[in-house]
Amino acid sequence: MKRRVSDEQLVELVEAAIFVADKPLSKKHMKETVLQDIHVSDQRINQAIETIFEHYQTRGVRLVEVGTGYRFQACQSLSPWLNMLWQEKAPKYSRATLETLALIAYRQPITRGEIEQVRGVTVSSNIMKSLLERQWIKVVGHKEVPGKPALYATTKLFLDYFSLSGLDGLPKLPELQSEKLDQMLNDPSVREPSE
Amino acid sequence: MTDVTSPIPPLAFLNGEAVLEKPEDLYIPPDALQVILESFEGPLDLLLYLIKRHKLDILELPILSITQQYVRYVEMMQELQLELAGEYLVMAALLAQIKSRLLLPTHEELEEEEDPRAELVRRLQEYEQFKVAAENLDKIPRVERDIFVARALIEDTEQSDESFPDVELKELLLAMTEVMARAKQFEHHQVSAEALSTRERMSMILQYLGEHTNPVEFSRLFSVQEGRSGVVVTFIAMLELLKEQLISIVQVNLGSAIYLSLKLQESS
Repeated sequence: MKRRVSDEQLVELVEAAIFVADKPLSKKHMKETVLQDIHVSDQRINQAIETIFEHYQTRGVRLVEVGTGYRFQACQSLSPWLNMLWQEKAPKYSRATLETLALIAYRQPITRGEIEQVRGVTVSSNIMKSLLERQWIKVVGHKEVPGKPALYATTKLFLDYFSLSGLDGLPKLPELQSEKLDQMLNDPSVREPSE
Repeated sequence: MTDVTSPIPPLAFLNGEAVLEKPEDLYIPPDALQVILESFEGPLDLLLYLIKRHKLDILELPILSITQQYVRYVEMMQELQLELAGEYLVMAALLAQIKSRLLLPTHEELEEEEDPRAELVRRLQEYEQFKVAAENLDKIPRVERDIFVARALIEDTEQSDESFPDVELKELLLAMTEVMARAKQFEHHQVSAEALSTRERMSMILQYLGEHTNPVEFSRLFSVQEGRSGVVVTFIAMLELLKEQLISIVQVNLGSAIYLSLKLQESS
């Protein structure tokens, strides 16, 4: 027989669980662990999360949903000051790394060859290795072409790192001016159209 | 009125710095070349730079002047014997090919053929798209730099035996009274008050502890036959040894037995 808890107790439990968990906590994981003996509907869990979310709106710490679940993080406006807590500066990523990561994020699943095609240069093995090691990308399959190259995609940890709940949270890809390109191809000043 | 110059929109960004003035030509001081070369992410990036530098649109790809500049640039790099990635040379060849095709008169039978620049323009556009996307990706807040995860730190109480709680003085005194109480029962056996040296007792304790590999229980160090004064001397000797950090005293739980052991010397 599952126990029943009041809304207040549920809020307390969910809040504490998210704080104590060593990584973002998903609703599914909550139900499998801290809430396993408790009779509670998804709707009530959502309500509890909403209550906690509202409660922290005026605090230095906020509840956010990222790729793998919910976590608390410091209010971003405080970051310049919080940064002073650490001696080490946050790592900077090279343009090559960022371009490779951007291509995987927006064009996934994508092969290394396809990345190289767009960037016009070979992608160094170190870049792929470090992205794989950081678990921002993973191999999701192999393309059915000669050589069966690996297809790469971003992971949920990538979303966690950039504090996104989904890929749709990424900035919009700048639009290609394909219309203008077509126009240019049909421009009579470039090519004499034949009658 | 002072002359107010309207802010000039930068022509391009080189290493994050705005290039405001249009350079007269492509002359780049040789020592700067290496730095510049490293800042380009390949031939497409270099081409984009050359195009933007001249305030030109990719779509109006002025193949003649761009090819000229590009080739001059590549030649310079080779002159300086900088190792040039093969991709740069492939691009030089492609540009030359496009140039020659544009110079050729159009043949009737080739009317369906697309503008030779089209493929390169498409690639440049696509590359620019992801170049901007990468810059945007770098700007969005990320953990370590802009986001600080707030998390409760859980002390692991079941850690190794290295982290026994410190023994509180009152615990030590409590154990002492027990020994004293027991000593009292033997008081009538006390024959003569031998002069007891604390220093000597300290040595005895050290020797005793040295003979035992395992920590020794507190009460075992006392010899009740010595009576009250003997117990006191032993206790003072213990405190002295503790103060000099020659021994360590541990207690697993509050109220449980207290153990003494030699303090392990840090091996250098």
